[in-house]
Amino acid sequence: MKKRKLARRHVEETIFKALMIGSFLFVVGGLVFILITIVVKGLPALNLDMLTQTPKGGFYLGKAGGILNAIVGSLYLATGATILALMVSIPIVLYLTTYAHRSRLAGSMRLSLDVMWGIPSIVYGAFAFIVMLAIGMRASLLAGIIVLALIEIPIMVRAMDEVIRSVPHELREASYSLGATRLETASKVVLRQALPGIVTAILLAFGRGIGDAAAVLFTAGYTDRMPDGLLRPVASLPLAVFFQLGTPFPEVQQRAYASALVLTIMVLLISLGSRLLARRLSRNVIK
Amino acid sequence: MAHDTRLRPPPDRAVLSRRTTDRLAGRFFWLIALAPIALILVIIVTLAWRARSILEVKPLGELLTGEVWKPISGQFGFAPFIVGTVWVTLTTMIIAVPICVLCALYLSEYAGSRVRGAMKPLLDILAAIPSVIYGVWGLLAIVPVVQSTIAPALQQFLGFLPLFDSKNPTGFSIFSAALVLAIMVTPVIVAVTYEVLQTVPHGLREASLAVGATRWQTIKHVVLPKALPGVIAAIVLGFSRAFGETIAVMMIVGNVPQMPRSIFDAAYPLPALIANNYGEMMSIPLYDAALMGAALILLLVVLGFNLVAVLALRQAARRAV
Repeated sequence: MKKRKLARRHVEETIFKALMIGSFLFVVGGLVFILITIVVKGLPALNLDMLTQTPKGGFYLGKAGGILNAIVGSLYLATGATILALMVSIPIVLYLTTYAHRSRLAGSMRLSLDVMWGIPSIVYGAFAFIVMLAIGMRASLLAGIIVLALIEIPIMVRAMDEVIRSVPHELREASYSLGATRLETASKVVLRQALPGIVTAILLAFGRGIGDAAAVLFTAGYTDRMPDGLLRPVASLPLAVFFQLGTPFPEVQQRAYASALVLTIMVLLISLGSRLLARRLSRNVIK
Repeated sequence: MAHDTRLRPPPDRAVLSRRTTDRLAGRFFWLIALAPIALILVIIVTLAWRARSILEVKPLGELLTGEVWKPISGQFGFAPFIVGTVWVTLTTMIIAVPICVLCALYLSEYAGSRVRGAMKPLLDILAAIPSVIYGVWGLLAIVPVVQSTIAPALQQFLGFLPLFDSKNPTGFSIFSAALVLAIMVTPVIVAVTYEVLQTVPHGLREASLAVGATRWQTIKHVVLPKALPGVIAAIVLGFSRAFGETIAVMMIVGNVPQMPRSIFDAAYPLPALIANNYGEMMSIPLYDAALMGAALILLLVVLGFNLVAVLALRQAARRAV
């Protein structure tokens, strides 16, 4: 009787261990499956013209041209948004980590950022659309940058907050004891010490910005021309993929797969780059 | 006295101005740190303000339960969209939750440090892949398989249940969208669950193993109960991700405004409704108010879920310390 019970325990153990390993492999397999699908479908359609030309007449009917406008547009959008988000995020992080510490207010600020992180980008898009209507602004690079910055700020602040909180307290105290103010300590000691993590946070936010489609759909519009001004509409890669897939022509859909491959490679490079850069920069950190 | 002054020199101008700078910077940072709170309030108020004109004409109950969506004739029934969103999200969670929790358990309780180390970059990549790419993948890999294999097979064996009965021959369905979304929410749920599992003290596990429990028994009776609030919070975070996802879902789910009866039916979730129609919404009366109302519903639901999840996670973290 007792033996059978013991045996059952081990059967249960084996079953659940198998299930766990299975789930783990499912997740890893899912990622591999996605990447393989995108590469296999995208690579045959990818050529130099796609990367170096803007859409010519009849592009969406399958005629010549490329998606340079979308590539450059996405880089403009994400770069602008990341710079803007950084300008807002650094003060917020400095306030949360050096000035506020554990006050109730800082608690609700962190809460609001966490909640902001969860708001779907389509809601940001709809909100921005109303504001743009109210102030008479057209779909433009600037509007896209502002909305993407709103999406990036919580990602950036969260990541930086975590890194800065892991900076050893003794470093701050050493700085304070030399008579430095909080601002001096934060900007000259803490930020430098946390630099690798901050770079990772910036690239993480950049990656989110470059891949977002729902918010850009409302605010940045789309154009077949190269970006030509802050107040003019601008193309973006996710929307290029989306619009080309929406056409009924197989040639254009092929290009959508190639555009998807380009976007995926960019995102992967950013992810990889942030890892390498962080490792490189962390050599200068005092442990 | 002389001794005293040497220890504490009178603050000269430079020191005073540095202190002033410090204080001013603190005020300025404080002001910017308030912005997120203000922004969330402004978004709610703005959406509500734009949606009010439809509420003046139609009672809220009628809007939420109405099944007919004909903007041109002034009929705005949100029910198919709300029900569609709920179906997609629930199916996603039924697929994703067991897999994600088991995966996090494996990483936290069984896997060696090399597997753990490799998993973080993998999850980061999954999180970094843009939703439009998930959409393309779903279109290329999931929809055809659901159409040709999964839907017919389930229909054949479980077709007597209305849930698996398929009258939709295309493969653009709730089930396809849910499969794709299940992979999309994985990084959030696995990462947060893993963090929560790590906060369970090691001593507890060792005590359980020491009295002869197997690892799975330890997980079942010690680790999971202890980590449960945090695990639920992780699931809720994943839920709200799936709830608000737009582009990927809209590419796969079929976008037919109907009340779904089976997981192989097409549906039309709220985010897709907003994204597909914002272009024409200014030309039909009340249409813009209806769409902004949809955005408001989306926002309030996600906000509520997120608040609960974040507060629960904080509680869990505080208890762990």
